[in-house]
Amino acid sequence: MDDAVSVRDLVVERGRRRVLQGISCAVPRGTVTGLLGPSGSGKTTLMRAIVGVQRVSAGTVTVLGRPAGAADLRRRVGYLTQAPSVYADLTVRENARYFAALHGRDHAHADQTVADVGLAGAAGQLVGNLSGGQRSRASLACALVGDPELVVLDEPTVGQDPVLRADLWARFHAMAAAGTTLLVSSHVMDEAGRCDRLLLIRDGRLVADDTPAAVRASTGVTDLEEAFLRLIKASEQEASS
Amino acid sequence: MNPRILAATTGRILRQLRHDRRTVALLIVVPTVLLALVYFMYVDQPTPRGQPTVFDRVALIMLGFFPFIIMFLVTSIAMLRERTTGTLERLLTTPLAKLDLLFGYGIAFGLAGVVQATVASAVAYWVFDLTTAGSIGLVIMIAAINAVLAVALGLFCSAFARTEFQAVQFMPVVVAPQLLLCGLFVPRGEMAGWLQAVSDVLPLSYAVEALQEVGAHADPTATMWRDVAIVAAAAVAALVLAAATLRRRSG
Repeated sequence: MDDAVSVRDLVVERGRRRVLQGISCAVPRGTVTGLLGPSGSGKTTLMRAIVGVQRVSAGTVTVLGRPAGAADLRRRVGYLTQAPSVYADLTVRENARYFAALHGRDHAHADQTVADVGLAGAAGQLVGNLSGGQRSRASLACALVGDPELVVLDEPTVGQDPVLRADLWARFHAMAAAGTTLLVSSHVMDEAGRCDRLLLIRDGRLVADDTPAAVRASTGVTDLEEAFLRLIKASEQEASS
Repeated sequence: MNPRILAATTGRILRQLRHDRRTVALLIVVPTVLLALVYFMYVDQPTPRGQPTVFDRVALIMLGFFPFIIMFLVTSIAMLRERTTGTLERLLTTPLAKLDLLFGYGIAFGLAGVVQATVASAVAYWVFDLTTAGSIGLVIMIAAINAVLAVALGLFCSAFARTEFQAVQFMPVVVAPQLLLCGLFVPRGEMAGWLQAVSDVLPLSYAVEALQEVGAHADPTATMWRDVAIVAAAAVAALVLAAATLRRRSG
């Protein structure tokens, strides 16, 4: 079992709109996999399907060898939503300690996780009084505090300053080196180069599923943004012909 | 359910409340102010011989109503916030069971209701000289069960509100009919048959009857215990209905 996540022919409809149009892809264990695509391409929907909170119309999603959303996965998967979902009327520390308790972790572990995301200095502040970037890191701490085997992060680095962003990516790679699987979405292409593997989706379809090096090689350009443009053009020509 | 997760959830909700000092102050002070208002409204009204004073009659029922109204509102808004800020969806991706969350709210706001009812009852009995045949402890117990019932109804109703505006509209919907038909304004036995039938299915009618039993009898009566059991059963039923509104998967 090499893949932490395996998605087969996944179709998701929201209202009348087909948000995911038959996606198949995999996330290998112990890697940082980037999920890239423009806003509205279906990144969040795919992540929600993997976490098991999205109603799906067709296809299968297998997570750590179990169907997505299975009860025992809830202690093995960590999920960071795009909008920070933490309690604004609690301090950072109280938030982390609560989510730690849900996973059977103690206070010391929660406090350490808060320090790991660079919030040790703000641990005693109410989340409602934090900046957007700090709030997002508080939410990240709550997703990581249970030491999940699979971490699904929806745009974790939005609004972070460049130094912190580099710190967070270093932490993601350290976690992957220790065996954790990370699926990280972003709409910023300069983050794509930091991933071990890339999934590019557009309009609910998978455009690329490869390593950054292979994407560069197949398109003949070094800039990933440019590479993606070429891949999208190629896939559109394929679709119209 | 898991005792550790339930305790953590209850503690988290109480911690949120503690950070909101103004809400805590309002919870404690408002019932007292309203009791004072009722006291001075009726202080000069004549009382027919052999009957309880109007203040005794009204204040006793009010002690049961405060926690019901306030905890219903507080819970509806708190649960709506969980839904709109995404914390509910996040919680449902963790090992937390739905009943851990619902009972967490029931216990946390139930405790808040007990504190509120205790302060209000103490003021009613010792400042405004409320007189009942039964004990203050029974009044507080009934108020506490009302608080839990209100939390359960609030959790359930919050599923049908998309916005705070909608959520507060459920307050008159849920509370007003129960207040009008509970027997405070017109004795239940003197209402039209169909109104009595409606009153019979509203849980607060039983809470009010239980309080009236405490008012009239020195020792807890069988009717009082039966009424208390009915209110408690209604609370459990509302919690189960609320659990049914929590879906781990959504569209």
